[in-house]
Amino acid sequence: MLYREAGQFKTSYAADQQIFPIRQDRIAIGLILVVAALVVPMVASEYWIKAILIPFLIFSLAALGLNILTGYAGQLSLGSAAFMAVGAFAAYNFMGRIEGMPVLLAFVGGGLSAAAVGILFGLPSLRIKGFYLAVATLAAQFFIVWALTKFGWFSMDSSSGVITAQEIQILGYRFDTPISLYLLVLTIVAVMALAAKNMVRSSVGRAWMAVRDMDVAAEVIGIRIMHTKLLAFAISSFYCGVAGALYAYAYLGTVEPEGFNLDLSFKILFMIIIGGVGSIMGSFLGAAFIVLLPIFLDVLIQDFLTGLLPPSISSNLQLMVFGGLIIFFLIVEPHGLARLWQIGKEKLRLWPFPH
Amino acid sequence: MSEQNQNGRRVGEVILDLQNISLRFGGVKALTDISFNVKEHEIRAIIGPNGAGKSSMLNVINGVYHPQEGRIVFHGEERKKMEPHMAATQGIARTFQNIALFKGMSVLDNIMTGRITKMKCGFLEQALYLGRAQKEELAHREKVEEVIDFLEIQHIRKTPVGRLPYGLQKRVELGRALAAEPSLLLLDEPMAGMNVEEKQDMCRFILDVNDQFGTTIVLIEHDMGVVMDISDRVVVLDYGKKIGDGTPDDVRNNQEVISAYLGVAH
Repeated sequence: MLYREAGQFKTSYAADQQIFPIRQDRIAIGLILVVAALVVPMVASEYWIKAILIPFLIFSLAALGLNILTGYAGQLSLGSAAFMAVGAFAAYNFMGRIEGMPVLLAFVGGGLSAAAVGILFGLPSLRIKGFYLAVATLAAQFFIVWALTKFGWFSMDSSSGVITAQEIQILGYRFDTPISLYLLVLTIVAVMALAAKNMVRSSVGRAWMAVRDMDVAAEVIGIRIMHTKLLAFAISSFYCGVAGALYAYAYLGTVEPEGFNLDLSFKILFMIIIGGVGSIMGSFLGAAFIVLLPIFLDVLIQDFLTGLLPPSISSNLQLMVFGGLIIFFLIVEPHGLARLWQIGKEKLRLWPFPH
Repeated sequence: MSEQNQNGRRVGEVILDLQNISLRFGGVKALTDISFNVKEHEIRAIIGPNGAGKSSMLNVINGVYHPQEGRIVFHGEERKKMEPHMAATQGIARTFQNIALFKGMSVLDNIMTGRITKMKCGFLEQALYLGRAQKEELAHREKVEEVIDFLEIQHIRKTPVGRLPYGLQKRVELGRALAAEPSLLLLDEPMAGMNVEEKQDMCRFILDVNDQFGTTIVLIEHDMGVVMDISDRVVVLDYGKKIGDGTPDDVRNNQEVISAYLGVAH
């Protein structure tokens, strides 16, 4: 089946405004969801699910959160990992302190706590922009990790702030196998991705993009700048917070505040830069790139180059190739993988003709 | 109440009255003691040499700048301290001298953004995109399509505005302002940098807006031919002071205006 939209006429605005106006896209996304939900659990090995797919989905969610803030609302942030930490630790506290707390509610609570902290650290954005704002969010990054380590209350007085996630149980069903955890994460991520897409195609999203592109004009049109920016911080942090809770509960099991350090923030930032700033799909592509590439390089180096290179080089080769690829991508396509995908689709619509 | 003026427009009551406006930035006097009014349905031009304070005047009207002295009465109500977004909800829309479109968004999204003060759904409803949020979105889309038809830009509705030529960008910006269904439309040099045909198109749109929607228009323009042709009354500013006010013919023959534009023999 060729990728063509010829013959697909829109007769209503509703048809024109759906998320995937082209039929082939709808079929493709349906297939991906079916494969992810039904085929993957049957064929993927435990290692794949636990070490690759679950972290990929969780990072996609965190990248989605940062993309809402940075890509759509144009506010640069280096604190995503800290907001993840707030989500993880808040969910842990909700679970540990409230008897019989439903775990999904605890995740939402984690997200809401992160949103509250996000609003607090988003306040400087009302005064400062760009690099200066990035530095202000850097303060959030360091302060939050420090506070979680310093005050035992946050980790319910465990040693050096390490928390061990409680068991996940929903309606009596225990999520203890990798496959069940994978399906739980997949559901949450799919629902939240859909919600994000709906927001960015509605007036909330247009207000964010208006503030990003031209804030003076946005204000004159009637957009309340303060409200719009803080909402972006809140929703972005909510996404990061839920991602953080999942990171602790569905992926690692045991985390310490230091696990949510600046490195992780940068990793999420790289994901949206490589995947595509201001694109929902880009968040997923970027997360896939950052999660999969090191594993791919590891396998490649171990299988083919172990004998050829001294270990001191081969162990660092991965980092070198990784860095090189990031620079390559930024030069070739600064708008990320999502833009490459877009260009590819536009070419495909005309293929095999050049015009 | 309404009378026909020489251009055949029904000019109504005064809807915007500016009284003794003075605006200073530190020691710089941008506007000094300026008074004029705008009547309903009329096209009011503000002209003057560069740096005369024309854009500052528009910024005062839509609440970006707050004058230190003077009163602003809009629709019979004296304005208290306000933010620009409040001017938008009161029905004042504007375009900018340098195009201020949202570059990353499509033409359609840009014009949809113009209707933002009329959209009532919260972000949660929009995240779910069911029922009310979807209905609202579609209802506004229909209104926006009317604006798109009116400005004859159907063929570019899905194009990112950054890719459009200058003349079309100006037209999209007008569309974004129109989408808000303003009662008062401020146009800051709508024809700057255009060629003759683009200027004719833009003039036609401005006159049509005024005629069909009854929108009151305040415009700044440097092309005297255009100003004298389409406006009902003209205010002339120079160095932040008002030096002339009246019909195009009055202004054309005003000695002070001629001196400001052409210089005086010493």
